[in-house]
Amino acid sequence: MIRPFGWPEFLFLLQSAGWTLVLTLVASLLGGVLAMAIAIARVSSNRALREASRVYIGIIQGIPVLMVLFLSYYGLAQAGFELPPIVAASMALSIYASAYLGDIWRGAIQSVHVQQWEASASLALTRAQQYRHVILPQSVKIALPPTVGFLVQLVKNTSIVSIVSVIELTRAGQLVNNVTFEPFKVFITVALIYLAICYPMSRFSRYLEGKTGVYLDS
Amino acid sequence: MAFDLQFAPVLDQSPALIRAFWLTIKLSFAAIVLGGTVGLVAASLRVMMKRRFRVIIDFYVETIRNTPFLVQLYIIFFGLPSLGLRMPALYAGLLAMVINLGAYSAEIFRAGIDATHRSQIEAGLSLSLTRTQVFLHIVLKPAVAKVWPSLASQFILTMLASSVCSFISVQELSGESATIQSLTFRSFEVYIVASLLYLALALVLKVLLTLLGHYLFAQRSPRRHGSSRRAAEKGVPS
Repeated sequence: MIRPFGWPEFLFLLQSAGWTLVLTLVASLLGGVLAMAIAIARVSSNRALREASRVYIGIIQGIPVLMVLFLSYYGLAQAGFELPPIVAASMALSIYASAYLGDIWRGAIQSVHVQQWEASASLALTRAQQYRHVILPQSVKIALPPTVGFLVQLVKNTSIVSIVSVIELTRAGQLVNNVTFEPFKVFITVALIYLAICYPMSRFSRYLEGKTGVYLDS
Repeated sequence: MAFDLQFAPVLDQSPALIRAFWLTIKLSFAAIVLGGTVGLVAASLRVMMKRRFRVIIDFYVETIRNTPFLVQLYIIFFGLPSLGLRMPALYAGLLAMVINLGAYSAEIFRAGIDATHRSQIEAGLSLSLTRTQVFLHIVLKPAVAKVWPSLASQFILTMLASSVCSFISVQELSGESATIQSLTFRSFEVYIVASLLYLALALVLKVLLTLLGHYLFAQRSPRRHGSSRRAAEKGVPS
């Protein structure tokens, strides 16, 4: 039965956009925790840790998100871990986010002057205290604009998980298209909903960038 | 691990895998060349245009950058035929990649162009260069040199995004891996092999783009060499 693309279909899309946001949130939280560990390992004094995290970032940034998703969904199923699609999707997106955020935050940590490390060490702060009170507060300011910028990428890349039939915005668009046969209208609407989510974030990122620039100059 | 990896059934399919890998390479190469050109033209037009026309370029860049590549692909492949514009999946994929990279690289070029100091332009004009000459030689070339690293990573991201073309049944590396997976049921092995191929391609691309950058912006003209070294001394982030 063919239905017109009307109000109920639009509401269904909006509702599924909620799942896009949930996926983004989960991936940025789990991925963020992992990324923090990676960033700190990346600048650690232990060579093995440094190399391991460098290789991890290199591998994840060198393969498509789609491959990470397939490996965690189909691959782990073969290994006997049959994850529900939404769990595999969250896992894949978290891994993806961890590599990119880890790299961004590594850059932010490294851009804090080495004198800050020396000064805090001379105050007999432990490594953890140095991070907590001296380094991280400064790197957060530097890291914030690119982090928000990456979250935009993350929102957009959640569309990939539609292939393992997680009903987020893009998958919902496909479903609506299957009953309405109005692909142009449906996917333009889907694109506009993504735009409504991402554009304010991009603007915010740019605004922060401007602010950080002023901060660094002064 | 509790299960054993068997690569043999996957490696039996290597002719198909290699063909698909080659398609990924061709698709990415075409998208990078065409998309990079679209971006360069868009960014150049934006500077030369009157302010109120810039909105057009900005609209293009912002809408593409803030919507998923997959949705753009669907609009081109599923949406356009309903308006009477039909094309094979491969070309729809290429078109989507070109449009997508065009917007991203336009933004990158814009950043480079905006970073040109006013005094440089004034110096050029005072040597009685025309506006076009100033733009080409004083603004554009150093701008591209400046943003080359970000451009290179964007090119690699575009190559990785080619995997998404498998969603509209383009049999490139990801699409072919999915097919092999459904034939052999060795999903872990197939995707590991495919991932390694992507990884290798990303590394090769990175090296080639770095070399190309050196060739284009450092070695060719000795003058540029001096200026780029001075930039390095000032601690321009790489």
